Amino acid sequence: MRIRTAGVVAVLGLALAASGCGGGDSDKPAAKESAKAAGGKLVIWADDKRTAALKPFAEEFGKENGVTVEVQAVSKDLQTNFVTASQQGSGPDVVVGAHDWIGNMVQNGAIDPVQLAAEQKSAFNETAIKAVTFNGQLYGVPYATENVALIRNTELAPEAPKTIEDLVAAGKKLKAEKKASEILCLQSGQNGDAYHIYPLYTSGGGYLFGTAANGDYDPKDLGVGKPESIAAFQKIAKLGEKGDGALKRSITGENSIATFTGKKCAFLVSGPWAIADAKKANIKYDISPVPGFAGGKEAQPFVGVQAFYVAAKGKNKALAQEFVTNYVTKPELAVALYQAEPRPPALTAAFDQVKGEDADLAKFSEAGKNGQVLPAIPAMAAIWDPFGKAEAAIIGGADPAKTITAAGKTIAGQIK
Amino acid sequence: MSTSLSGPGSAEQAPGREPVRRGLPRTPRTARNHAPITATGLVVKVVLLGLVAGIAIWAAFPLVEAEHWVGLGILAATTAGLFYLYLSRRHIPAKYLVPGTIFLIACQVFPVLYTASTAFTNFGDGHRGTKDDAIVAIQTSSVRQVPGSTEYSLSIATTGDPATGPLVFLLSDPKTREVFAGDAGGLRKLDAGDVTVSATGKITEAAGYTVLNFGQASGRSKDITDLVVPTAGGAVRSNGLSRAYEGKAVRAYDAGCDCVKDSETGKTWTADPANGSFVAADGERLAQGWKVNVGLKNFTRVLTDPDISGPFFGTLLWNFAFAIGSTGFTFLLGMAIALALHSPRMRGTNVYRVLLILPYAMPSFAMLLVWRDMFNTDFGLVNDLFGLHIDWFGGTWSARIAVLLVQLWLGYPYMFLVATGALQAIPRELTEATSVDGASPWQSFRAVTLPLLLVALSPLLIASFAYNFNNVNAILFTTEGGPFAPDNPRNGATDLLITYTYRLAFGAQGAEYGLATTVSIFIFAIVAIVAAISFSRTRKQEEVYS
Repeated sequence: MRIRTAGVVAVLGLALAASGCGGGDSDKPAAKESAKAAGGKLVIWADDKRTAALKPFAEEFGKENGVTVEVQAVSKDLQTNFVTASQQGSGPDVVVGAHDWIGNMVQNGAIDPVQLAAEQKSAFNETAIKAVTFNGQLYGVPYATENVALIRNTELAPEAPKTIEDLVAAGKKLKAEKKASEILCLQSGQNGDAYHIYPLYTSGGGYLFGTAANGDYDPKDLGVGKPESIAAFQKIAKLGEKGDGALKRSITGENSIATFTGKKCAFLVSGPWAIADAKKANIKYDISPVPGFAGGKEAQPFVGVQAFYVAAKGKNKALAQEFVTNYVTKPELAVALYQAEPRPPALTAAFDQVKGEDADLAKFSEAGKNGQVLPAIPAMAAIWDPFGKAEAAIIGGADPAKTITAAGKTIAGQIK
Repeated sequence: MSTSLSGPGSAEQAPGREPVRRGLPRTPRTARNHAPITATGLVVKVVLLGLVAGIAIWAAFPLVEAEHWVGLGILAATTAGLFYLYLSRRHIPAKYLVPGTIFLIACQVFPVLYTASTAFTNFGDGHRGTKDDAIVAIQTSSVRQVPGSTEYSLSIATTGDPATGPLVFLLSDPKTREVFAGDAGGLRKLDAGDVTVSATGKITEAAGYTVLNFGQASGRSKDITDLVVPTAGGAVRSNGLSRAYEGKAVRAYDAGCDCVKDSETGKTWTADPANGSFVAADGERLAQGWKVNVGLKNFTRVLTDPDISGPFFGTLLWNFAFAIGSTGFTFLLGMAIALALHSPRMRGTNVYRVLLILPYAMPSFAMLLVWRDMFNTDFGLVNDLFGLHIDWFGGTWSARIAVLLVQLWLGYPYMFLVATGALQAIPRELTEATSVDGASPWQSFRAVTLPLLLVALSPLLIASFAYNFNNVNAILFTTEGGPFAPDNPRNGATDLLITYTYRLAFGAQGAEYGLATTVSIFIFAIVAIVAAISFSRTRKQEEVYS
């Protein structure tokens, strides 16, 4: 009995093991066969929205070329996941993401430069090409740009303000007439928001990094803590809670668009992503550049770029290069991605094509024309948090000089 | 009992539980270790062992592929051990202990050791891989197109079999219409008569070569990327499958001097094995570094860097206050409600219980975000409701009170649940006896109910304390550690050690996992000491009351 049981167990166990084995085996030849028939597999990682837009095009690329293309959605922490996975050798061949990831992806050896022919490069918006250029190399193929602008409720504020002072005066008047409860919806929150305050900071004369000889940002020339940045924040402080009350810490990333669509403020500083909500709320709006301080410099928003990257440790690099350099550069794809999420396409041809149907696009693009490319150097990661907190403290009434000097010190300490 | 797996299991459990009715007659059989083998038991055994074998085989493939022979050895030994253990009739205690031990090692011991080992490295952004990885990354990212060089149209071809034969680049210059063949030996001009060039400039056919289609070519992606055709100015490299360019790696690694040289500027960066990066004479560091052992550097940095150790004790103090406050207040409120509902005079207790458990049923992260918005100065419900104008998250103490209030709301249902359970386990005779002796309800609560409750709940309170000590979400989703002093953006009034660490390790220029694990080892030590002290005190208490 005992021996028989053991025997039965062993035989059945082996059979199951063999089936496990068989499963593994049958998988491999199948993959090999399809590889022979279909060539190879291209894996693309993107966020949820773009995955949906990319899928039909990726499939078409696959069909045209006899390869399998898989678009996988990574909805959270795409960059971190990509860097970690590519280190382990389980990453994709192509990744889609913001251009300010480049610095970190390059220092981790996760992406390779791409080579575009001169005529391919010239088909793109110049700022977009500049954004994906890092250390003199082109690291990605851009497809969309984005920047903030001033969106105003034209029923409350028919005229686009020329300066921040005009805007504050108009906002105060609306507040006095009880037509609005806030002067301006510019998100800050308790910990600030460097991205949204940046136009005012530049208009006040501040800068983040100087420019190195090769045109890149120079992490050694830090503008935060310099006299220009203090002067800029002294102007911003006047708009803060102890001044005009145009900037408030209670306006956060979560409520700023909702407050605007709720008609509680006439002016909103935000990007193309706010337009869908404004349309849904039936707000009559117009878009203009973020105004600067009277007599100050031009207000320059950050310009961000979304791009396709070739993974350095991808399994099918040749195919990935082919896809990124020869397929992503086609206007059709850029238009499809625009339809998935309305951000101005980086390809001039695609931009011209959608411009006709969407007047907002040209206005956003106009507002970002003189913008500054969001720095992609790794040192930028050290800016966000201290800069934002300094901004929030100053809006709350803290002394600008002391606060910004401390922030500059913290940032400088974190830049290696 | 027909489902008993391998007899001894069910038989061994039985004696301790019900010694009188069922245990006694069974005991002799248990002692002989000969329980009947049932069909169900056999099937379960076969399926489980088959699963073990299946998992082992599934795990073996990647190990073989990566040539992890040590890992493969461990896998084989573990699997063989498991089979021996469950196919033999001996080693009964091991049959019970081994699965738990394996899970303990895989899910607890290994991660702890791995974390601890990371603390001795500089692992982080820019220092993730090996030195070779870094060198490859530096060289590849320095490949530039040779100025003024030709952009070729590329076709991949071979002289042999499309899947295995040696690869050749068939190149055509779209301007001059000249055609070339290139391989590792160099570039050869082809006779224009031997090739067919399509309208787009691509070579579609060539005498003596098989031109690969896209599908075939992409199947050999690695060979294509690796093929470099040397030229006078650099090398022709593929760019995708249809274009090629003449490029040159400006930076190259020289093993002789263990340095990276830039052929354009002549600058050199020498390897610094202590820090895992290439550093130039002027101190410039190449971004791509590698992972090295740094010994106790992270530990000394935590202890000596004034940026880290300066706010450490203030943060630690608030961290204790937060953990004790979160646990204590929720316990007090939960217990008070449980006591109220435990009273026999209370009606409709079930309705109340359901209502009270509701906050516990909602996902805490969503609730945290809702609470954050409720504390907004201008638009928040709290200020609106009470007609206040408090900048809750703007002031040190108001922010601390706010996070504790949120914790109280989120945590009391749990304490209420466990306190209810523990109360029901306390015999009513005990409290009745005290009232017979003339004790007031408060005295009877103090002398009987509370101590017995604490005996039952102490481990849960300690667990809750440990959890709240590291409760990242409670802070990151509400105040994010704020408010921050204007001159100190590094450390806020509601920062816990863990959120503070998070900012230190991930907020600066890229993630520093090495530093993060070091601080978490310190936190682990603190929590472990607190837990050890509390458990030893609980044991004393148990001895007194049991």
